[in-house]
Amino acid sequence: MSADILSFEEAMENFDPVLGFEVHVELNTKTKMFDAAPNAFGDQPNTNTTPVSLGLPGVLPVVNKKAVESAVRLGLALNCSIAPVSHFARKNYFYPDTPKNFQTSQYDEPIAFDGEITVELEDGTPFTIEIERAHMEEDAGKLTHKGGATGRIQGAEFSLVDYNRAGVPLIEIVTKPIVGAGDRAPELARVYVAAIREIVKNLGISDARMERGNVRCDANVSLMPKGSTTFGTRSETKNVNSLRAVERAVRYEIQRHAAVLTAGDAIVQETRHWHEDTRSTTSGRPKSDADDYRYFPEPDLVPVVPDPEWVEQLRAELPEPPSERRKKLKAEWGYSDQEFRDVVNAGVLDEIEATIAAGATAGAARKWWMGEIARLANVRGTEIAELGVTPEHVVEIESLIGAKTINDKIAKQVIGHIADGEGSPAQVVEARSLAVVSDDGVLLTAIDDAMAQMPDVVAKVQAGKVQAVGALIGPVMKATKGQADAGRVRELILEKLGIN
Amino acid sequence: MTQNIIELSAAELAQKLAEREVTSVQAVEAHLERIAATDGRPVEADNPYAGKTGLNAFLHVNTEEALSVAAEVDAARESGEDLPELAGVPIAVKDLIVTKGQPTTAASKMLEGWMSPYDGTVTQRLRAARMPMLGKTNLDEFAMGSTTEHSAYGVTRNPWDLTRIPGGSGGGSAAAVTAFQAPLALGTDTGGSIRQPAAVTGSVGVKPTYGSVSRYGVIAMASSLDQVGPCSRTVLDAALLHEVVGGHDPQDSTSLTDPATGFASAARAGAAEGGLKGLRVGVVKELTGEGFQAGVEQRFREAVDLLRSAGAEVVEVETPNFRYALGAYYLIMSSEVSSNLAKYDGVRFGRRTLPTDGNLTIERVMGATRAAGFGAEVKRRTILGTYALSAGYYDAYYGSAQKVRTLVQRDFNAAFEKCDVLISPTAPTTAFPIGSVDEHADPMQMYLNDVATIPTNLAGVPAISLPAGLAPEDGLPVGVQFMAPAREDARLYCAGAGLEALLTQANGGPIWKDLPDVVTAVNNLPGTTSAVATEGAAK
Repeated sequence: MSADILSFEEAMENFDPVLGFEVHVELNTKTKMFDAAPNAFGDQPNTNTTPVSLGLPGVLPVVNKKAVESAVRLGLALNCSIAPVSHFARKNYFYPDTPKNFQTSQYDEPIAFDGEITVELEDGTPFTIEIERAHMEEDAGKLTHKGGATGRIQGAEFSLVDYNRAGVPLIEIVTKPIVGAGDRAPELARVYVAAIREIVKNLGISDARMERGNVRCDANVSLMPKGSTTFGTRSETKNVNSLRAVERAVRYEIQRHAAVLTAGDAIVQETRHWHEDTRSTTSGRPKSDADDYRYFPEPDLVPVVPDPEWVEQLRAELPEPPSERRKKLKAEWGYSDQEFRDVVNAGVLDEIEATIAAGATAGAARKWWMGEIARLANVRGTEIAELGVTPEHVVEIESLIGAKTINDKIAKQVIGHIADGEGSPAQVVEARSLAVVSDDGVLLTAIDDAMAQMPDVVAKVQAGKVQAVGALIGPVMKATKGQADAGRVRELILEKLGIN
Repeated sequence: MTQNIIELSAAELAQKLAEREVTSVQAVEAHLERIAATDGRPVEADNPYAGKTGLNAFLHVNTEEALSVAAEVDAARESGEDLPELAGVPIAVKDLIVTKGQPTTAASKMLEGWMSPYDGTVTQRLRAARMPMLGKTNLDEFAMGSTTEHSAYGVTRNPWDLTRIPGGSGGGSAAAVTAFQAPLALGTDTGGSIRQPAAVTGSVGVKPTYGSVSRYGVIAMASSLDQVGPCSRTVLDAALLHEVVGGHDPQDSTSLTDPATGFASAARAGAAEGGLKGLRVGVVKELTGEGFQAGVEQRFREAVDLLRSAGAEVVEVETPNFRYALGAYYLIMSSEVSSNLAKYDGVRFGRRTLPTDGNLTIERVMGATRAAGFGAEVKRRTILGTYALSAGYYDAYYGSAQKVRTLVQRDFNAAFEKCDVLISPTAPTTAFPIGSVDEHADPMQMYLNDVATIPTNLAGVPAISLPAGLAPEDGLPVGVQFMAPAREDARLYCAGAGLEALLTQANGGPIWKDLPDVVTAVNNLPGTTSAVATEGAAK
């Protein structure tokens, strides 16, 4: 028996990873891909449906023009060619989350193909990823398995199905095999998915919230022995739904493949599931020729033939690409290369931009997002953007500091309470009585106590060693639970001792 | 009075309604009475699958709603409201078209008791035209068949001879208009399901240009072939109904954008003196001769002679690829069937059958539901289509069939360079006896019924079938079919109405002057007399 996984370093000594990604992007169109049912998240189950999205007898699909527009724009942003004619096909399989028991999807004739994007690794190294295709399709409904111990289908007593998501427009972006990433493969996986998320957000075509499944990544991993150019057998890890998870899942699969191959065994071509709790993957169903989806052209739809002039107009109206935007922002904000890369890698570019737009200085915005907020997100194991602290909160904190209502130390506490859902900074300060003690009387009492306890220090200061005053400030701050303004305390002590 | 009303064509009835000689309520009542007198009663009180003792053309009779719509139309007319031309004229609807307020079964156990929560586009248009719906007509299950023997609710009988099939799949609609149960009916035609029943019942049936009539709300059999169309006793009536239900529908992506108009005026022009002069008619060489019954050929030739004598230019055209059409059709149709019928799985609507033993996994419930809900012909075509689309077979079967489809379209294009319309017999034979074709042993024998109708479905072009008289050897109706280029449906109505006028003149009246007394025939059916006689006496 071999170990389940090899260490990443060992794996890298002997193998080169090959990656491939299928990223599904849910569009934020008002209605679904093929009917007028609302495309909305979080509503009562089975309320966002029409006879069409329920697949009732006699219904017919009609393509959502806005979804086609989104697909063309995304295709252009990925530097793809836009097909003058593309078709929909039916992917046939029986499963209760698919009302028609087939998924309408583009198969051999996608709307966009042959593109590429260049992403930046953490240290700024560019890496170009080739895009095979981007095609339109519809999402399936959502199954909830009840009665089992794990919430999985195995052992469940019954399953509930919600068709609100059935028919929601998706664009699937498929890369060509990615070689040459070496030991940076896991990192590349993360920055690639982050780049796609950034692009669709920038285009405004998706809410791009990974925790809601707006952006879902299937990661394909295979290994080839170092020096070989023949691809190995791949595994496909499904629905890896956060940036960290993408990186970890790829790393884990590389280690697992390496262990299997090193032991002389063969990789099974299969679908695998990522488990965030155990940070490992388990086998799903084997993927083989037994999966026969019997694709054929969708006879209820006519070909998609985008007017070339319209495509050119969309191209001309594309927003500035994220990389251009980054260059511009870096110059505006005056961050160093390293500072700016850190901001990008932390995924808080949008937050900082919004914070500055709301009135904060570039330095202050960076200080908070990359400081306490990032630290807190890390401690709590969540994405910074999901912490619940907004750019407006940061601006408000800055102004409270400016008004000397709070100090930096209190501000950090306030951020923690905001993340706990206790409201805006002002509300937190009010509710928790965190305002700086500005009543000189209270301070003077504490100063008197401190001086009484430390007459030697008082003597030193009076003898001209003004810097010794710090030893008196400490106990005063302690006595006021940090809610005093240290500068004011110093002033008061010196005043009291007749030193100006 | 009753007798008079039901014998009126839709155009005549519309005229009398407009002139207030007749009310819509009277018209609906007369047809409901006729249905009661000819359709029979359930053979077994608690078993809908045993069918009815008479024609069994209707799966559901919509008495209450039809009468209330009729009363509303009458009231509107009384108050001087402007009404659509066919307002108040009753109509029957093939039970493949969804209707709010009435069951829709597709003649399948799978949808037994299912009520659609929405109306199909054609249903909406009938409502907008204020035409009372008499009910839903019988068909082969999910429109798969040429006899109605594959209905889960019993076979429909041919009004000309109750021991014979009425054609299929739309045997119910054809039998209903033939037996004066309704002046008009809607059918659907995937490979001849409107025209072949029209031919063997001596009625008129039109398959419009693909995309001419919306398919939204029509239960799909084969999406790229299905088309809704009119069933009637006269060509003009079919034209009037086509104008009501046709036209663009944004809910059907394959719907043509041109409006459907000018059909009735084309029919009137064709029927007028000299209306066929100069019309170039192409006789399709491949659709005559071997396999066609002698009496069918004879009536067909006579019809062609009549056209020639009326000033039409008759030429012969060759369509060499038609010989592959039947094979291509059965591959494309069954492939689409296998996918279109996948939704019937017991999960969301319709029948759900639980397996009698073992675990209730979703796969097993779907399997048990489909095993119990579908009949043999549906299963055969589903299996055939699943096979044809399978990896490794797709190119050889579905791919080749699509190529044939293109070749058939080219044959039509070439033929239409030489002539305005094509003509052929609609079906190779007259109506055959119920139960005479053992399609389990040899399904091809049944499929061959559609040899002349299928090419138009493959090419998407329109066609009309109209009666050409009775075959000398069996006294049963023979149909002839005109075919026209896509979007030239008006030519069909022109040529059809012209030939209809010539035949009526030559035969001393319409074909139904020779129709046997259906009420008597139904009452004389062995073993069914008492039930129907009781019904009759009650009226």
